[in-house]
Amino acid sequence: MSELTLTVMRLGFLAVLWLFVIVAVQVIRSDLFGTRVTQRGSRRQDARPQQNTRQQAAAPPQQRGQQPPAGGRQRRGAPTKLVVSEGTLTGTTVALQGQTITLGRAHDSTIVLDDDYASSRHARIYPDRDGQWIVEDLGSTNGTYLDRTRLTTATPIPLGAPIRIGKTVIELRK
Amino acid sequence: MSVVTNTTTIGAIEAPSRRNTELALLAFAVAIPVFAYLNVGLAIDGKVPAGMAGYGLGLALLAGVAHLVVRKWAPYSDPLLLPLATLLNGMGLVLIWRLDQSPRLIATSMRLYKSFSPDAPSQMMYSAVGIAMFVGVLLLLKDHRVLQRYTYISMVVSLVLLLLPLVPGLGADVFGAKIWIRVGGFSIQPGEFAKLVLAVFFSGYLMVKRDALALASRRFMGLYLPRGRDLGPILTIWAVSLLILVFENDLGTSLLFFGMFVIMLYVATERTSWIVMGLLMAVAGAAVVGSTASHVKSRVAAWLDPFGCLETATDQNMLNACDQMTQVLMSFGSGGILGTGLGQGNSDLISFAANSDFIFATVGEELGLAGVMVFLLLYGLIVERGIRTALAARDPFGKLLAMGLSGAFALQIFVVAGGVMGLIPLTGMTMPFLAYGGSSVIANWALIGILIRISDTARRPAPAPAPSPDAEMTQVVRP
Repeated sequence: MSELTLTVMRLGFLAVLWLFVIVAVQVIRSDLFGTRVTQRGSRRQDARPQQNTRQQAAAPPQQRGQQPPAGGRQRRGAPTKLVVSEGTLTGTTVALQGQTITLGRAHDSTIVLDDDYASSRHARIYPDRDGQWIVEDLGSTNGTYLDRTRLTTATPIPLGAPIRIGKTVIELRK
Repeated sequence: MSVVTNTTTIGAIEAPSRRNTELALLAFAVAIPVFAYLNVGLAIDGKVPAGMAGYGLGLALLAGVAHLVVRKWAPYSDPLLLPLATLLNGMGLVLIWRLDQSPRLIATSMRLYKSFSPDAPSQMMYSAVGIAMFVGVLLLLKDHRVLQRYTYISMVVSLVLLLLPLVPGLGADVFGAKIWIRVGGFSIQPGEFAKLVLAVFFSGYLMVKRDALALASRRFMGLYLPRGRDLGPILTIWAVSLLILVFENDLGTSLLFFGMFVIMLYVATERTSWIVMGLLMAVAGAAVVGSTASHVKSRVAAWLDPFGCLETATDQNMLNACDQMTQVLMSFGSGGILGTGLGQGNSDLISFAANSDFIFATVGEELGLAGVMVFLLLYGLIVERGIRTALAARDPFGKLLAMGLSGAFALQIFVVAGGVMGLIPLTGMTMPFLAYGGSSVIANWALIGILIRISDTARRPAPAPAPSPDAEMTQVVRP
């Protein structure tokens, strides 16, 4: 076999190997440039400030001074996240960091419920002075249920108790 | 007020099933080794090698079976994993076959064992068993979350697998490292399988315990220091990996297991302190064992000064280790940038384990830096697809498992390639898919199978989002 043929084959083989790598990277091009990162909270960021001022006027004043507690120094036994366990949003979790969470069909809610039986401003969940989480119905059409009872006043939420809004069930977990 | 950021989802825009892309890439991945085979034959004998058609057909058949199984039972899985593994396996077969043709290696074998048997046919058989394992994983494991049930059983199984080589009568001491067992004429390296089982245990364990490990900690100098009792698991794994190092004389395996645990701990808890602590513990352990165990000591000497230790070597074992290391370095050096061409190098001067531990030196010499980079990129792409799978996985167990498996795979590449190139002391591990060895090929095909299963679950299309809820009126529940 002539020297020239072997040289051509040697370089050709390297070229083919690199071609494979390039083709493979082309296949996953969409991972590098076409990735869609959805942040369900960020779209409503601009709507937040007004919402907060309104809440601070109406809600108990302790919320204003309360900083979100750092992840490591939370009270023992306190819930750290809100989990949607039933309904179309099943699996969505929201970290509880001292903020008020609003639920409803309105676009500026923290959790936008995609549920015909929910009102646009249905309920809210907020921490009181001791860090206990409270759920309050905001005068919804079909009501908010904690376990089996329909809420009439702001009620503390036990860990893991199901809160039912229309077809959606949420609960607080550690 | 903090914005809710914990609801991030990552998904690809394109159509989820990429099976035809996979088929095209697979055809490419089979064609390249056939070309390489032709290349070797022409360079050594000056004619088209006789076994080319049979070899090409065999590889194509294996790849085809694997593809059909994926098409049927994991239709949404990642399109790259299978072609990449097939290409590496095929190239491994060619390189082993090329070393089988070497007159030097045949002569050495005749002198030592009075016989010579080519390794390529048995490697072909191991590849077939590996593909069978891959098919078996896809058929039997319908949902990777089933593995979660076997968390603690996995722990016991992996410990048994790791300790098997120490059982008298069953374990075999092969050239200093006790990582083999002999069962009915077959040598098996249980460590390769322990890697998979251990990943299952780590993911199941960390999924449950990660909150305790991540949150119960004190902040000290910018690091989160865990509580004393949470240190238990990492100390146990550290002790076990040190025991492996001491009793089995295998630096690679112990590094692999400890490293995999640290990687998974970091991924599960997001605490940098685990990595810092893990590195410190690994360095401390390696330093102590490296200065006492003689087998490890000779490897370290060969790493620090391979050429100098040829003269200062105190015993035959150390001399062999140094000799291998010098040959490997010369081999990489003479390859240069573009290499000498397949079948035209002298990497067979590495007389011992040329086609297993040191197969990467053949790549370095005959394909040069350009070829070495391709192989590292191929491995890198497999790891990338694995980590991508972990990102896309919707359940924490699958996330951790995919991350652990690809982390272990990456670590193994680093340990082997780094050892061969003289970056770290040489360890007796195999280059996945490339090196000769049944256990390695079979276990790594199983690993690819598990990754494909997780990626199939992760990439399954999610239900379409519903239209805007404000468009409709609130309905009233009528009793």
